[in-house]
Amino acid sequence: MDLSAISPTLLVASLMVAATPILLAALGELIVEKSGVLNLGVEGMMITGAICGFAIAVESGSPVLGFAAAAVGGAVLSLIFGLLTQILLSNQVATGLALTLFGLGLSSMLGQGYVGLRPPSVEKLNFGPLGDIPFIGPVLFNHDWMVYVTLLLCVGSWVVLKFTRVGLILRAVGENHDAAHALGYKVVKVRLLAIMFGGACAGLGGAYLSLIRVPQWTEGMTAGAGWIALAIVVFASWRPLRVLLGAYLFGGVTVLQLNLQAAGLAIPVEYLSMSPYLITIAVLVIMSAPRKGGKSRASLAAPACLGRAFHASN
Amino acid sequence: MDERLSIAGEDLLTIEGLTKAYPGVVANDHVSLSIRPGEVHALLGENGAGKSTLVKMIYGLVKPDAGTMTFKGAPFAPAEPRAARATGVAMVFQHFSLFEALDVAENIALGMENPPKMRDLSARIREVSETYGLPLDPDQLVGDLSAGERQRVEIIRCLLQNPKLLIMDEPTSVLTPQEVAILFQTLEKLRGEGCSILYISHKLEEIRALCDYATVLRLGKKVATCNPRQETARAMAEMMVGGELHVPQKTPRQPQDVALEITALDVAARAAFGTSLKGINLSVQKGEILGIGGVAGNGQDELCSVISGEILSPDAKVKLAGAPIGQLGPNARRALGVLAAPEERLGHAAAPDMSLTENALLSGAVREGLQSHGMIDWGKTREFAKQIIQKFDVRTPSPNTAARALSGGNLQKFVIGREIIQNPTVFVVNQPTWGVDASAAAAIRQALLDLAAAGAAIVVISQDLDELMEISDRFAALNEGRLSAPVEAAGLTVDQIGLMLGGAHDLEPAKVAQL
Repeated sequence: MDLSAISPTLLVASLMVAATPILLAALGELIVEKSGVLNLGVEGMMITGAICGFAIAVESGSPVLGFAAAAVGGAVLSLIFGLLTQILLSNQVATGLALTLFGLGLSSMLGQGYVGLRPPSVEKLNFGPLGDIPFIGPVLFNHDWMVYVTLLLCVGSWVVLKFTRVGLILRAVGENHDAAHALGYKVVKVRLLAIMFGGACAGLGGAYLSLIRVPQWTEGMTAGAGWIALAIVVFASWRPLRVLLGAYLFGGVTVLQLNLQAAGLAIPVEYLSMSPYLITIAVLVIMSAPRKGGKSRASLAAPACLGRAFHASN
Repeated sequence: MDERLSIAGEDLLTIEGLTKAYPGVVANDHVSLSIRPGEVHALLGENGAGKSTLVKMIYGLVKPDAGTMTFKGAPFAPAEPRAARATGVAMVFQHFSLFEALDVAENIALGMENPPKMRDLSARIREVSETYGLPLDPDQLVGDLSAGERQRVEIIRCLLQNPKLLIMDEPTSVLTPQEVAILFQTLEKLRGEGCSILYISHKLEEIRALCDYATVLRLGKKVATCNPRQETARAMAEMMVGGELHVPQKTPRQPQDVALEITALDVAARAAFGTSLKGINLSVQKGEILGIGGVAGNGQDELCSVISGEILSPDAKVKLAGAPIGQLGPNARRALGVLAAPEERLGHAAAPDMSLTENALLSGAVREGLQSHGMIDWGKTREFAKQIIQKFDVRTPSPNTAARALSGGNLQKFVIGREIIQNPTVFVVNQPTWGVDASAAAAIRQALLDLAAAGAAIVVISQDLDELMEISDRFAALNEGRLSAPVEAAGLTVDQIGLMLGGAHDLEPAKVAQL
């Protein structure tokens, strides 16, 4: 076993890349759940975004267009969920599960002509001298633009939720939709917009997989990333910065265990493969455990109306 | 009947022929009224008379089918609450429209059109709340506040908009008497500043004390107007009912055997904000009603649970006809005839999302034999539910309706009727007429009296002293978990009750009703 083959610099740099798809999907789902909607279709929206982004990027030669198409694809798919659950009042859990299955099927149909192709490559951003700083340079300033967009999105979500009126209304709708309605806020509209934002983010996450991380198209390539994103939102207590931490933790352990496998660590591969899931969940559970004397539900920050259908009585 | 002439151009709000129909029911049928500047205008009516629909139309939550409104001489047809608020109409809701996980300042900001920055808003909240004697901490989470404090949040939210008309939908039903006194001071101050108030309440004594004018609705129609200061509570109740109000009649009784006895019982507080019971001694005879008064939160819930079996006690400390039952749970006690109707209708007395039939089963399964060998007899259960609905005049489309969908008064009739119909030997009921209109309350009290006349021992826990005086044989006060020695209720004066509740800080006993 040769642990010296593992470079910390490369490890940290690649964990940021590994975590980006999950972080995007989780951020989107966080906004959706904050508005009181539980969309279990993240996996389906991710993979639909992956193929939409891949196909458009290949056809147009432009990764930017590809990402835009992925966001639109994810949002359109989520809109189906939104119309079913918000207008027709279908059950959110069942509809979300159906959306995942539908997305997986739809993407493999759309992707039939794209197996084995290579997408146009995405250049890494050049920060000039910043990139030459030892350790920090390669870790922080040597990535593609989507990594930075995702980080901005994460901080942006935090700022919007905590400091702006839009964020306050979103939280209010998720907390008590009857009261929000009584005060004159458009509950269904707010939720539909949140659902579409979530779909777009999941689509971007999927496209990051197919265009940058892997980069090619294979059926079912998200391989459960959407479910991990869902779990991270819950265990991160619906807080954007904890979602960032959870996603990076998951990405980090994933990269580390791959490196350890390569280095020939004397632990069965199966245990290493499951370690990212176990460690991420364990850490986030410990963090979200109610503290002594703390306000348990408030500190969990779970939206009180999560998963409940809203129907205006008049 | 209208001794007050409406002078065009002087009224703040005029409503003309407002009509709103829902499938199967006309909630408001050509209702007209006018409110003057600085007037406290009461809106009276039984549960389901259409009061809430009417104020929702004024607040822009419901769109009228026909009719016009005029606000300060200009046509007024708010399409949404935002528009109503912009015009100067503010509303405090019956079920608070608050967000528990958000803090006070955020809750208030959500009810404003153009809220200032959070820091300025906090300062203004402090300032306004001090001015009106309603202290509030802007940074506190609403989930941690008491019912009275939550209402303050709603009121401050309205006051920050400088309303011309403040609508209050049953503001006092969840308040303790001290909180009611504070609220009335605030409303008087507002009236002095020229703000009009449209006030909905079931508590007629409050309306007599506070309101200048009253409009009475019955089944969606305006049936009368009056000056509440010149009417008796009984006369107003009869206007609402549209007939003679049935006043519960007590029949004299002879001493009988003791049915329920609790001796020297201590119970530690269960929840962080619960009250512990200290040295409770209590005995109720067959056919007797023991009234227990006091401000909510002084151990009422705990005492109710001790009798129902939700809180277990040392075996010998709770006795039913001399036999120890302290260690028996609720179902075992039900089988013996000890039944309970707890205070919280939705979530404790009834499962909100289950149908009335299912809710009837939950409590009646044992005594009514609604199950055998683990299988439910649905036919029998439906019959049982129908019986309750019929006998206690529960107004519901069908027994399959979810408990949540019933109005408070109707659900209260159902949960109390469900227990009474099972012929309890001991019955404990907590706040039996909370949020219930006058005629339904009278019906519930009469049912309790009938039950006692049939030989049941009844413990009535209530904040409403008038109610306790009306039906109790003996009266005791519960204060900070201690129960006073019971005294004969007949001839007890308000002053004596005040003394019994002595420890209950500044409690102002309500005036004894003139019903």
